[in-house]
Amino acid sequence: MLFTSYSFILFLAILFVLYYLVPRKVQWLLLLAANFVFYAFSGWDNVAFMLITILSIWLIGRHIGRMHKARDQYLAEHKADLDREQRKAYREAVKSRQLRWLLLSLFINLGILAVLKYTNFVIANINTVRGWFSAGELSFVSLALPMGISFYIFQSVGYMVDVYRGKYPPEDNILRLALFVSFFPQLVQGPISRFDDLSQTLFQEHPFDGRTVTYGLQRILWGFFKKLVIADRILAGVNTIIRDPERYTGIYVLVGMLFYAIQLYADFTGGIDITIGIAQTLGIKVKENFDRPYFSKSIAEFWRRWHITMGTWFRDYVFYPLSISRPMLKLAKKSRTRFGDAFGKRVTVYLSTLIVWFTTGLWHGASWNFIVWGLLNGVVIILSQELNPFYNWFHNRFSVRNNFFFRFFQIVRTLLLMSSLRILDCYRDVGISFRQFFSMFTTWNAGELFGGQLLNIGLSGADYLVLAFGVALMILVSLRQRRGSLRDALQERPAPLRYVLTIAAVIVVLVVGAYGIGYDSTQFIYNQF
Amino acid sequence: MKIQKSLVIILLIVLTVAILAFLQALLTPKFQTQLLEGGLIADYYQEKNKDHAVIFIGDCEVYEDFSPITLWEEYGITSYIRGSAQQLIWHSYYILEDTLRYETPDVVVFNILSMKYDEPQNEAYNRMALDAMPLSGTKLRAIKASMTEGEEWLSYIFPLLRYHSRWHELSSEDFEFLFRRNPVSHNGYLMRVDVKPVTGIPTPRPLPDYRFSDICYEYLDKITNLCRTNDIELILIKSPSIYPYWYDQWNQQMVDYAAENDLLYINTLQHLEEIGIDYNTDTYDAGLHMNLSGAEKMSVYFGRILAEEYALADRRGDASLAARWDEKAAAYYRQQDEQYLELETYGYLRAFRYQPD
Repeated sequence: MLFTSYSFILFLAILFVLYYLVPRKVQWLLLLAANFVFYAFSGWDNVAFMLITILSIWLIGRHIGRMHKARDQYLAEHKADLDREQRKAYREAVKSRQLRWLLLSLFINLGILAVLKYTNFVIANINTVRGWFSAGELSFVSLALPMGISFYIFQSVGYMVDVYRGKYPPEDNILRLALFVSFFPQLVQGPISRFDDLSQTLFQEHPFDGRTVTYGLQRILWGFFKKLVIADRILAGVNTIIRDPERYTGIYVLVGMLFYAIQLYADFTGGIDITIGIAQTLGIKVKENFDRPYFSKSIAEFWRRWHITMGTWFRDYVFYPLSISRPMLKLAKKSRTRFGDAFGKRVTVYLSTLIVWFTTGLWHGASWNFIVWGLLNGVVIILSQELNPFYNWFHNRFSVRNNFFFRFFQIVRTLLLMSSLRILDCYRDVGISFRQFFSMFTTWNAGELFGGQLLNIGLSGADYLVLAFGVALMILVSLRQRRGSLRDALQERPAPLRYVLTIAAVIVVLVVGAYGIGYDSTQFIYNQF
Repeated sequence: MKIQKSLVIILLIVLTVAILAFLQALLTPKFQTQLLEGGLIADYYQEKNKDHAVIFIGDCEVYEDFSPITLWEEYGITSYIRGSAQQLIWHSYYILEDTLRYETPDVVVFNILSMKYDEPQNEAYNRMALDAMPLSGTKLRAIKASMTEGEEWLSYIFPLLRYHSRWHELSSEDFEFLFRRNPVSHNGYLMRVDVKPVTGIPTPRPLPDYRFSDICYEYLDKITNLCRTNDIELILIKSPSIYPYWYDQWNQQMVDYAAENDLLYINTLQHLEEIGIDYNTDTYDAGLHMNLSGAEKMSVYFGRILAEEYALADRRGDASLAARWDEKAAAYYRQQDEQYLELETYGYLRAFRYQPD
């Protein structure tokens, strides 16, 4: 069920009415049922995989939780009998047993993800190697990736690690845990929520609150605008350029790159707006996933503001544990001896960074394009770290840090750099991606753009007009958001004005939106991850 | 205060609905000056006196090949053609079912060319057949039966969802006919006076299987039963188009079906001489459809069968009815003159530069 389909809107309307009609005590149960109805639309097999995840993290999480309790109880009872070393040894013994259970849960859940998502990628690579030795090819297996599996498994892994770390006690009620894992608005493309964040409002009773619901609906409308008016409209242009790399080189690669930047932003943030808006209409608070990322002045900053919940997930559950793992500490020691304190300290940080970006790339897709994309992100971040002394010298020499034009330059530079890396996201293999990238510097065909060629890439004059209006509006809204909530400001305005603006927005989405026959309306891009 | 607030909310809802209804009316195609086929179904609902002895259902082989005005003038038979471009058999069934909500004719004439299509062909033809039909259980069932892949039933209920993308191609026609429309046909007959003679007869391609599909027979049975239940005589007819080719095997199946169900089946391809069809003068597209001359010959021939074998009364003596039909005939001859003038002026008919069927 697509977020932008009529059936989803109908589903949402029915849920919304029932949600505020049923006794508040059972609202969360209704929501749980709705989650499974929504998910069942994607196939019963998918529901089975989700149930395995829920059951495994519930059972193992409770077991780890009981071990925490038993450990605390034992230590309290034997406070006088054990010295500090004995207490430490006991704690470590318990932790080691807990770790085994944690690893079992990770094996089950990441194992499901790995098998479903990466089996054919592994086979393809084996076949490449076998090809070098003229050996026969292995057959690919038919495995469908359940919708949103990366998102709910990452949430579940986060939950298990937090329970293992004792950040919060495990959830005893399997239905509540099931609600957390299966919360339907997040299944399509995140955000990746934390149990301690989401559970604060997920299981609560929610009386109808006009203002909250209105805010939620406004957010949904804004999401639809971005998805239908901008992302799905510009899609035709992006597809024309990237599907014919022989024809569209040079300046077209730049155009495709920028169009894709717009499409991806409008698609992903639009989807998240719809997700957060839906949750808000139900009284549930979901974490923000974006913070005006295209205003970032460096790649590192960009990644702090783009897909925030994924970034923090990798930071908390991959980067930190990896950085303080025994092999890394050993390596840090060795590298400090070999390269000196200043650089030696950074070696393990950089290695952890590269590993994190490798896994980030792999998470985005089972292909070398994404792996190279991830590693390049890591390399750019490391390079910019290494260039820090130069930046410091530059800023000491020229006081441009607060200059508007310099900041604008930094924003444009970051946007172009990010968009260049995303070329790997567009083309079918790494070789073509690099060839297309370099063609921007070797093929001089900018003149073609002034010969009306832009009207031959699947976009008409009317499309460009709509896109110009849509992108300008997105920029204006982003600029306005720096001064606080736009919806708060709107709420202060007279009711007739609010009504006119709302109706205007509905009409724009209904009339100008790229949906229905004649449009290649797509799933949200991040749904495939 | 509460009442005042409720009133404001109701007012806003009404205003919103009115705005959306206006947009829908504006963006929905009007079919008034181009693609006139799209307006045929709507014409029927605009017809004030739905009292016809004969109802035709089918595709272009009915709305191009029979003239109700000729049937009236020659035999005093009132008729209406509920045809639409590439009307498939399930369209025909539901259009008939819908027609029976308004009137019960003595005879229904079904053109059986659509027996050759067993699945939805094209969204545009669905739209031409169903968009103008008022909302009813019949319409909902018709939508369900007709949708092609990728279509959404809701967009038939709210056509704005289908036609929203026309915002940048709106023409003066969309504004001129926003709140009114003119009939595009003469009781469902779409007139064309131009001539394009037949220059060659296409060689039929052998088919792997000539049997009409089960789904087509299912709907043909439904049409037969619907007529039987309502005490209506059903006539199956094949028009004199020389292509799409009408295979002997297909013809035999219709002969058998008619015999089994005690129906009259007329394959006019076998009565060309009797009808007087001349493929040099009676077709506007080299044998696919009849022009005015061909349609009038067909009507004279078929009217005799209706009058003699089905004893349909000559109602020309009914003064008020005759007055209404005189008006229709006047419009018919007026358009005839206009089309001849257009042919003289431009060499072609401007409304038919695009051919959907």
